[in-house]
Amino acid sequence: MSHHVRVNPIACEAHGICAELLPERITLDEWGYPIVDGRPLHGEQLEHARRAARACPTLALILQRERSRTPAS
Amino acid sequence: MAAVSSSVAALGAPLAAAGPSVLWYLTRATGAVSLVLLTGALVLGVADVRRLSTANWPRFMIDSLHRSVSLLAIVFLGVHILTSVLDSFTSISLVNAVVPFTGSYRPLWLGLGAVAFDLMLAVIITSLLRGRIGYTGWRAVHWLAYASWPLALVHGLGTGSDVNSGWLLVLSVVCGLAVAAAVLSRVLSGWPAGATGRRVGLAATAAFAIFLLAWLPMGPLGSEWARRSGTPSSLLSHTSTTSKGTTR
Amino acid sequence: MSPPAPTAELHPAAPDGDSPAPAQLPRLLAGVRDERALTLDEHSALHGELPAVGGGGRSRSRTKARRLIEEVEAAGLCGCGGGGFPTATKMRSVAGARGRAIVVVNAIEAEPPSFKDRTLLELAPHLVLDGAVLAAEALRADEVVVAIGEHAGGSAASTYAAIQERSRAAQGRVTLTLASVGGGYVAGQESALISGLEGREALPTFTPPLPFERGLRRRPTLVNNAETLAHLALIARHGAGWFRRLGTDAHPGSALVTLSGPVAYPGVYEIEAGAPLPTLIDAAGGTTAGVRGVLTGGYAGTWAPSTAIDELALSRERLKAAGSSFGAGIVLLLSAETCPVAETTRLARWLAGESARQCGPCIHGLDAIAGAVEAIAAGAREQPSEQRLRTLASLTAGRGACAHPDGAVRVIASALRAFAPEFEDHRRSGPCERCRSASELPLPHRGGRRGGDRP
Repeated sequence: MSHHVRVNPIACEAHGICAELLPERITLDEWGYPIVDGRPLHGEQLEHARRAARACPTLALILQRERSRTPAS
Repeated sequence: MAAVSSSVAALGAPLAAAGPSVLWYLTRATGAVSLVLLTGALVLGVADVRRLSTANWPRFMIDSLHRSVSLLAIVFLGVHILTSVLDSFTSISLVNAVVPFTGSYRPLWLGLGAVAFDLMLAVIITSLLRGRIGYTGWRAVHWLAYASWPLALVHGLGTGSDVNSGWLLVLSVVCGLAVAAAVLSRVLSGWPAGATGRRVGLAATAAFAIFLLAWLPMGPLGSEWARRSGTPSSLLSHTSTTSKGTTR
Repeated sequence: MSPPAPTAELHPAAPDGDSPAPAQLPRLLAGVRDERALTLDEHSALHGELPAVGGGGRSRSRTKARRLIEEVEAAGLCGCGGGGFPTATKMRSVAGARGRAIVVVNAIEAEPPSFKDRTLLELAPHLVLDGAVLAAEALRADEVVVAIGEHAGGSAASTYAAIQERSRAAQGRVTLTLASVGGGYVAGQESALISGLEGREALPTFTPPLPFERGLRRRPTLVNNAETLAHLALIARHGAGWFRRLGTDAHPGSALVTLSGPVAYPGVYEIEAGAPLPTLIDAAGGTTAGVRGVLTGGYAGTWAPSTAIDELALSRERLKAAGSSFGAGIVLLLSAETCPVAETTRLARWLAGESARQCGPCIHGLDAIAGAVEAIAAGAREQPSEQRLRTLASLTAGRGACAHPDGAVRVIASALRAFAPEFEDHRRSGPCERCRSASELPLPHRGGRRGGDRP
């Protein structure tokens, strides 16, 4: 069961805390918004990801399990 | 509840008999520390929302400090309330601390502290349960934090009669300047984006400053404040007639 | 809008389809009148009675419902609103979700160059309502909401009248409601539409949950384009085999397209899917001026230069192979008399203005892209390099809650390629004499939308 991080772009307000706490997966673009690498997280990285999700002031960073298959809307 | 307060009062009685008690000094001290911590939490909160950071003070640290200082403020507040309740000199009950304007000791000024405490409790509890209630609900309650600070300040100035001794006044002025600077810095940097919010922030800051300048000389710094602020007459007979120094 | 009957080529398959009904065009627009919608009686006389899907006991209705979905699947029907998603798969997802389903007919038609859905509702509303009712009965839904935009015009009255006719005839146990939803370009997106129907602003929401799981009033919601449901109504009557006797394997059946630009008779046409673009232009009376380029797939689609027109065929797989998309059947010809650079600049700025302003990369990215195109068009001293444009594209596309920024990046990038010579001229020499009067692309300002609070 692998996890990956995902950003809710509507909730995100470019605080930038996630990029500091999980630089292995998140960098900031020129406007301060996160560019997220969706690759799976392992071991210690997962703990850092959990901490980053808790630290997001707008709860925009989400830790998700494997991608589910749903129809496009 | 009555059984608890009477046994609690019994504990305090031997200490009170010796004059201004340890509990009384603790109450004043923890109150002052809470004011400083609350001021710190507010300033850090503004730094957080303004996304200020340096290489040595990254974003996650400012945010984390804001949360920690707020929690510490509530802890010191808890001690402040406990010592004031345990202190048998004044008959402040636990209920007075949470339900505003009840009780016999300076009900208005004490009650402002109770309101401030209630607001802070709401902010802290919603913050701890943020994951459950969601961002919008949490954010709406969080605005109350701005209201709790001036209430706490006026409570401190109104309930203590050692305002004249200077240290509380100086502390209050320093904290006041810090908060004013923080609020102005937020408003002038364009937050909140709605112009109404900014105008309200500026107006409220100015109004509060004017209120303090008018009230302090007439109130806590004026004569016979202890009597005018609602100290029960039974306690007034214990006071010294001088207006300087620590009085009860 | 009443175009002359199209004369698209016929490719009849072996005559062993399910139905004796004629397989050729017109199908959706069969028997329509010029000046008003077909009445319920005229519609029933033309197409036959509405087949029964519900009723007849629980197990029999479940079998009939399953058979309808299987027929739709065999027919290969896909969404006609732009997404092209297989309709049967969508219906199965809603059927499998928990709770009582509800059907929403998406007739918002927020793409400015598109008129097909409004035309369908103006001329043959009962075909759309048939499809919606059939889908509702197959999913055991009790309610259908027909959603139209504030720019619906005459289609609002004709749809309302059709709904009244059906309730007077006491047809079925499904309630039909008409709802008008205001908003801009993104209001037709599924989650935005549902927000609008619930009384909030018609702006996209973060998914999951997707509408098929939890949509309108937290119920599993089937959102289908009006034309899709009209096709479904005919498939239910005549069968999948009949449906497939026109069109291609990957894009079976007929399709409605909106043709605009310098042709003698612009308007809504029903074509056989896969018809060559030159055939459509001929059916519309040919061109009335020189053509510089063609836009397919709407304002989230792709520009092609006029040299490509002869090779373009109007089906999903053919347009996809050509680097474009069928989208909502929009075919927009750009005349050679306007300045394509100026038109692209207008489009880029309009697309930036139509952002829901909920996601940072969309707000900043589309604004930066519009600014970049404007700088090139003006021959400004500081112009974005190719590298800068590529960076902006990668920072903007795929990072929002909906596909609006993706579509905008796609259409602007394709304009830069298709009109490369004119863009090069403008880089060097600035605006041309046709820039100021450029106004061919329809770019209306619709709906009140607040700007968001963004740092």
